[in-house]
Amino acid sequence: MNLLMMFVAAIFVQNYVLYYFLGICPFLGVSKKIDSAVSMGMAVTFVMTITAVVSWMINHWILIPYKLDYLQIVAFILVIASLVQLVEMFIRKISPPLYQALGIYLPLITTNCAIMGLALLASLKNFSFLETVIYGTGSGLGFTLAIVLMAGIREQLDLADVPEPLKGAGIALIVAGIMALAFTGFSGMIN
Amino acid sequence: MSTKSLSAEYLKGLWDENPVFRQLLGMCPVLAVTNAVINGIAMGLAASFVLILSSVVVASIKKLIPTQVRIASYIVVIATFVTVADRFMAAYFPPISKALGPYIPLIVVNCIILGRQEAFSSRNSVGRSFIDALGMSTGFVLALLVLSSIREILGAGTFLGMQVMGSWFKPWIIMILPAGAFITLGILLGIALLVEQKTRERRAS
Repeated sequence: MNLLMMFVAAIFVQNYVLYYFLGICPFLGVSKKIDSAVSMGMAVTFVMTITAVVSWMINHWILIPYKLDYLQIVAFILVIASLVQLVEMFIRKISPPLYQALGIYLPLITTNCAIMGLALLASLKNFSFLETVIYGTGSGLGFTLAIVLMAGIREQLDLADVPEPLKGAGIALIVAGIMALAFTGFSGMIN
Repeated sequence: MSTKSLSAEYLKGLWDENPVFRQLLGMCPVLAVTNAVINGIAMGLAASFVLILSSVVVASIKKLIPTQVRIASYIVVIATFVTVADRFMAAYFPPISKALGPYIPLIVVNCIILGRQEAFSSRNSVGRSFIDALGMSTGFVLALLVLSSIREILGAGTFLGMQVMGSWFKPWIIMILPAGAFITLGILLGIALLVEQKTRERRAS
């Protein structure tokens, strides 16, 4: 039950984009079309789950036992950068169709602060292994939800009469604000 | 390589190439920590520290780094300074460090910093990179200051914790919430573009 609550909270209440403001760059950059938003969301969810597992192992099996936790930032960023490379090579070998779908989005993920944020937040909250995995997947799905919703709104927005200076990023941020406001409604769900 | 004067190199970070309002880089910390002015300033200074020192280091060792592994090398340099900043804040300013939470370590993935290394420090002299980093940092701190002032004054009626609004003022809770951050930044971006358009028109006529 507790794990289920955590999963739901990671998707809706503490949504990575709308609550923690992590992954804003892809959220604004790749949210013009629903198709690409779905691919980006899938790629992020995939990498987030793996990152959660690997960063937990590094943190609990290497950094903490040897009292190296001050190296956390350096260790995490290097692990994430190499992990994304590995995942990319692996997918290209195993499943070319999936590689076609995720293709260009995978390298972009290295600089996505949501991934680094996940590794840091999970270690900050002292999650157990299982909790970390659930949290990673839930956060990734939350990101997917936010970016797909945003893409849906932006496809409609193309037809709207937006004041010239607000076109592009300006209106996207204001829409995100209204979405964040709607999402705060979920916060009553979990306490 | 660049022929700009040093003062132009500094000033471009303030407006023409302001990292937040013009280049839309480093948005995550800008939105996340600007619910109070003190957090905005602390974040701005920490990021400036990392940006300036990484730029100087990258510019001085640029000839030693093979092109293929340059990004990874920049990341290690940046991560080192972020660790220093993070530990320093935790030791001397524990309340601020607690309030900023994971956002100080997250400076490591801030696109402004990596972006400047790739676009500027890897091609320019140490002195020029220092000035460029200083300008970009000032622009970043200014943006954080503007956004956090608006949010703190409207959202809590205070500035740096001091009461600035009269007792008639009812704080707008939304400004402190995530939603307020998005909407304020969106409107500020619109204003920045409008100002830019007007100045360009004036220059043209």
